[in-house]
Amino acid sequence: MPVNFATLRSQVERALAGRVAAPFDCPDRNVTENVSTGIDEIDLLTGGFPRGALTEIFGPPCSGRTTLFVSALSKRTAYLEECALIDASDAFDPCHAQAAGVDLKQLLWVRCRNINQALRATDLILQGGGFGFVCLDLSDVSREVARKIPLETWFRFRRAVENTRTILLLIEQESNAKTCASLVLKLEAGLARWSTTSQTPLRNEDGQIRGADFLQQSFARFLAGMDVHAEVLRSRMKPVTKLAFRANRLSAAAINSGSRAQETIFRANALWSCFGKTFEAKQQ
Amino acid sequence: MAFASIYVPNFIVQAVVCAEPELRGRAVALLDGTPPLCGVVAMNEFAMRDGIQMSMSESQAAQFCSVEKRRRSRAHEEAAHAALLDMSWSISPRVEDTAPDTIVLDLTGLHSFFGADANIAKELAQRASQLGLNINTGISANIEVAIRLARGFSGITLVPSGKESKSLASLPVSVLSPPVEIMESFERWGVRTCADLAALPAPELSERLGQAGVHLRELASGASKRSLVLAEPKTCFAEEIELDDAVEDLEPLAFLLGRLLDQLCARLQAHALAAAAIHLRFDLGDAFEKDLPVSAKTSTEEIAPKSYERDLRLSAPMRDSKMLLKLLRLQLQADPPQASIRKISIAAEPARRRATQRDFFRPNSIDPEKLELTIARLGNLVGSSNVGAPQVMDTHRSGAFRMSRFSPTNEESQRCRKAGHTTATQVQENQFAGDRTMSGRTMFGGTADRTTVALRIFRPEWLAKIDICEERPVQISFRGLRGKIAAASGPWRSSGDWWREDAWRHEEWDIHIRFHSDASRMNTEDPGKTYDGLYRIYYDHARRNWYVRGRYD
Repeated sequence: MPVNFATLRSQVERALAGRVAAPFDCPDRNVTENVSTGIDEIDLLTGGFPRGALTEIFGPPCSGRTTLFVSALSKRTAYLEECALIDASDAFDPCHAQAAGVDLKQLLWVRCRNINQALRATDLILQGGGFGFVCLDLSDVSREVARKIPLETWFRFRRAVENTRTILLLIEQESNAKTCASLVLKLEAGLARWSTTSQTPLRNEDGQIRGADFLQQSFARFLAGMDVHAEVLRSRMKPVTKLAFRANRLSAAAINSGSRAQETIFRANALWSCFGKTFEAKQQ
Repeated sequence: MAFASIYVPNFIVQAVVCAEPELRGRAVALLDGTPPLCGVVAMNEFAMRDGIQMSMSESQAAQFCSVEKRRRSRAHEEAAHAALLDMSWSISPRVEDTAPDTIVLDLTGLHSFFGADANIAKELAQRASQLGLNINTGISANIEVAIRLARGFSGITLVPSGKESKSLASLPVSVLSPPVEIMESFERWGVRTCADLAALPAPELSERLGQAGVHLRELASGASKRSLVLAEPKTCFAEEIELDDAVEDLEPLAFLLGRLLDQLCARLQAHALAAAAIHLRFDLGDAFEKDLPVSAKTSTEEIAPKSYERDLRLSAPMRDSKMLLKLLRLQLQADPPQASIRKISIAAEPARRRATQRDFFRPNSIDPEKLELTIARLGNLVGSSNVGAPQVMDTHRSGAFRMSRFSPTNEESQRCRKAGHTTATQVQENQFAGDRTMSGRTMFGGTADRTTVALRIFRPEWLAKIDICEERPVQISFRGLRGKIAAASGPWRSSGDWWREDAWRHEEWDIHIRFHSDASRMNTEDPGKTYDGLYRIYYDHARRNWYVRGRYD
């Protein structure tokens, strides 16, 4: 008697109804748990950092990579997650990180002297497991050295965090992980913001910083912060279909309602701007 | 009420075999005394069968090649006795330390756990065999009868109440441990067994042997009664082993350490405790000259250290002997002793095991044993001082911090959680921006949700050359890079520690540099493009130089 698979399937689904939802549907591999990065614009753009996957952030020096990492670290440690930082160049500043809200007791900092130590330390930490957030910081490693890292290393790291709750973040000067990364974010430095007591704007009509004669004027000024331009180059997460930005917080953004935004700008502030009166220089 | 007595026959031989399991099943004879009066003081049945006799001299015993000769070891006997006590406490809380080879347990209240007396006796025998000891067990309602039963009969002997006299009847009077002169009197009288002694009239015995004789008669008849003298558990968990041949390599050393750790962990387990720290001490032999660093300043004592001591601090108490051995091996690989090892001593700091209750809403924390192993391996890789949790120091010196032990869970966090505070609003100390209050707003205005620009520190700081124009930096060059300072904020003056030799006085600037040198040094893609950067520089008045402290990223 020929078997009617459709009837058989409906019988099995009826028998498991209420206990197993959609037993014959394959789980969507792109549906992952995402966590906040601590920066609203990045969260809206990317949906957050995915758990159980490799996220790559790259950009030139002074492009806001460490700012994004510290913001995410602050968020994770606030939820008492154990975090690890493999610092290939020993450049992490715990004082600034604590001021930014990072709970340093939740952070394991591995201070390496070269990239080989950094890669081996990453292997050890991923094999040990249990960390909610692991960051491999290769920001100051030269591009030539970083390019020599075999691709299998990134595959191995990605495989180590698959099916776990670990967020693996890679910070570099250029993208090397290729298809191993579930989320690739490119950062570029935006405008630096300076607060001054003078009523004269720091920039002229062309947006250039004023010349030496202006600098000679005696006035108090301090670094208020900088803008960072972020662009998603690759994302395996589900696309964000509805976006809402507050225009007065951004100087420029690509916003298309109903479609997926690829880039955004977020604002990072210097520590000094957290206290005292500020006179915001008018920007463009 | 019932009492169980444990007796270890040939205790001093069993203590040595317990420390060296490879001697089990072989003929063993123990020697004691100072040469040339050194002689055989104990042996097992295999050695007796091979012809070894008590008081045989060392040279005579040396003729028996099949017999293993060892020196009597008080340390082994103490360790075996301590292990036996711990094992007894793991069964019953009321234990009497009667003799080095005899222990008495009160079995009251244990039947609901272990069942009948016979089951308790089997449990005792099984746990003792795990320690490497063969015991005899006697169970009776009378303490003295139980002791004599264990000493007189091998295996497990149970005597119901009222049958004590009958059970002791066939035993020789020597099990009563009489004084030598009384024993001689018994031999002259032909008193061989306890039944013979019990049959003697008490008044006449008192006239000839005094109260000691009467007491022995009561023991022989099972009529003597006394209370249990309770032993207090000692909290010292230590094991040691002296080596006949010095050990130099890590592999055989690890084997010995593993054995000691097994015994230590078994004793800890018997007390429901774990090790919070392990203290390791090696007594070293003479070091080879070629292995020692030669320096004119070192004295003779410094060149040849006689001992090697290290402490292994654990983030969470554990009693997994294999894990502890791995951690000790990693430590010894990173910091090996400089000479051969003659004696190993290992002690554990006892602590209660970590008890955690998992939370539905919090992710599971790291397994502390795995974490300990990971940190030890990382320490071997990058140096133990380069792994840990950073801790900002309470000083105005810029960037002052120290590396502390990474212990992610702490009572403060748990208390905050239990009090109902969300983790995002925990009170934190903020050195730069003031205290954060419960609402998340800083004391000086603004919110705690603002993203803060991060600073990457150069360690060590980079020497820089600055061109000054009207007290403001205008040009900078460092590490082959040159640039024009497009904007600068400063100087922000700070100083401190003036009472110390390392007093500091700095003038800090935040600068915006526009580089115009070879961009390949900047690791950029487009050599023709100019790149900007935000840096923090400072002038050090002590060293009279400019330095680049870090880069904003």
